[in-house]
Amino acid sequence: MTTAPQTRRRGWIGQTLVYLSLVAASLVVLLPLLVVFLTSLKTSEEVADGGTLSLPGNWLNFDNYATAFSDGQMLTAFGNTAFILLFSITGTVIIGSMTAYAIDRFHFKAKKLVMGLFLIATLVPGVTTQVATFQVVNSFGLFDTRWAPILLYMGTDIVSIYIFLQFIRGIPVSVDEAARLDGANSFTIYRKIILPLLKPAIATVVIIKGITVYNDFYIPFLYMPSQEMGTISTALFRFKGPFGAHWENISAGAILVIVPTLIVFLFLQRYIYNGFAQGATK
Amino acid sequence: MTETTDLAAAKPPRKTALAPCGAANATRGARGPARRGKLLRRITPWLFLTAPLVLLITFTYVPVANMVYYSFTDWDGVSPDRNYTGIDNYRQIFTRSELFRVFFVSFYYLAASAVQIVVALYFATVLSFNLRFRNLFKGILFFPYLINGVAIGFVFLYFFQDGGTLDSVLSWFGAEPDHAWLGDPTSANTSLAGVSVWRFTGLNFVLFLGAIQSIPGELYEAAQLDGASRWQQFRHIIAPSIKPVLSLSLILAISGSLAVFEIPYIMTGGATGTETFVIQTVKLAFQFNKTGLASAAAVVLLLIILLITWIQRRLVPDEKVDLV
Repeated sequence: MTTAPQTRRRGWIGQTLVYLSLVAASLVVLLPLLVVFLTSLKTSEEVADGGTLSLPGNWLNFDNYATAFSDGQMLTAFGNTAFILLFSITGTVIIGSMTAYAIDRFHFKAKKLVMGLFLIATLVPGVTTQVATFQVVNSFGLFDTRWAPILLYMGTDIVSIYIFLQFIRGIPVSVDEAARLDGANSFTIYRKIILPLLKPAIATVVIIKGITVYNDFYIPFLYMPSQEMGTISTALFRFKGPFGAHWENISAGAILVIVPTLIVFLFLQRYIYNGFAQGATK
Repeated sequence: MTETTDLAAAKPPRKTALAPCGAANATRGARGPARRGKLLRRITPWLFLTAPLVLLITFTYVPVANMVYYSFTDWDGVSPDRNYTGIDNYRQIFTRSELFRVFFVSFYYLAASAVQIVVALYFATVLSFNLRFRNLFKGILFFPYLINGVAIGFVFLYFFQDGGTLDSVLSWFGAEPDHAWLGDPTSANTSLAGVSVWRFTGLNFVLFLGAIQSIPGELYEAAQLDGASRWQQFRHIIAPSIKPVLSLSLILAISGSLAVFEIPYIMTGGATGTETFVIQTVKLAFQFNKTGLASAAAVVLLLIILLITWIQRRLVPDEKVDLV
């Protein structure tokens, strides 16, 4: 889409302004992050003496990262987060695809009711119900375990069901019927035919669910208060106490948390854009 | 194959793990114990739905029901006695000024949402045309949305600190600010709302971009042939097509503004007048053990959000938003 020749002269100034605005916006985005990155490479004297925008003396000063990792218990946190991610994502994929399969492939009397139940649940923002959800979780004895977040992430995720549903609607029913003629029951059809065909949707759900869970602070904060039960978010949050104003350590922690997301983003850009666009339009 | 589906054109059926269909198998399957098969057929969907429904009911509906129940009591969340107090909790919320103040804090975030949407719309329009480094800019603008909330909180704590990033940059331009950005309510709320804009504009931007890019190119060409200016193209081609996404973004923005928790809690803990509705609810419930009051607050918030969603669904009828 190029500008027509006769508007190019008028468009020249406009184009420059547009580029300027883009560059300015990029700076606004990148500057805070860059500064934190620089700070993470400084020693505490450099942080105290130098200005915020000064460059670190030694660009390979990874001491702060080591401190953040060990004292900040980030290893445990990464482990816990990985555990939670594994089970909640697997659970979400299985449950979401099963729900979509049941809703799309079968006709039963209460179908509208069930769909209504799921739809209404999307209207309820999770933050509001935590006071009562807490009691429910507690009554199961799951408070301060990793299973609380796992179950919560599985049980309150309507977005993934929606994504699977959209996708499964594009799989022709003839596939099911052909399998049924060969004597396959519904479960076999689900396992051997539908699931493999759902791979793109599964990829999408894995990615956005993964990022959402990785970044979540609220639920681990409420349900896993003890020190060993930190996730990435809560472990980083706990930096504030012991590290006080040692910004070089806090910065290192923050960068440690951001880097995995950056890597995932760079490799899976297209999936991420599509996934969040689909997720938001529920 | 079969004649019963109208979706057959979409994808050729792939039979991955099963043998090619044979007529002999078909007749054998149909003559089995028909009634038992029929019963199995009837309950199969429910078998698939058991786990999701159980989870849904346990973790969404039961809490909502309980929440409404708690809001009419003076329970403290721990002790076994729970006294019915009627609508006293609700009366407290609307009359005690310190409880009511949190609503006003939401307005800062509402204003931030407006800024978000305008900025997102601008960049989406701009980047829908072919510019150099288009994907780079797109990536940069979107990335903040993916970043962990706690990390963002710390990045900006440093940013707003005395002598921190913001002060340093301003001193480049000659200003020597001696302002505690997070020190007084107005400034703090504005700064926090600003962080919100930084964080969430990217998502709105990608949504708008997706919507704009799904407008067929011929419309633009036709418009240019007719001599339409960029602004006219925006008004008559882009604007109508993005209405669904726009209303969606508005809803997300409004309910998001009311439910803000992370950024203010992480950065200021709700101090100096930055306490939002959810922060207050969490504090009431878990710090002050006023589960009844907190439940009432949560119910109020829920009702407000439901109301807004309902209004939106009425004003802009729910069209299916297909962006991908």
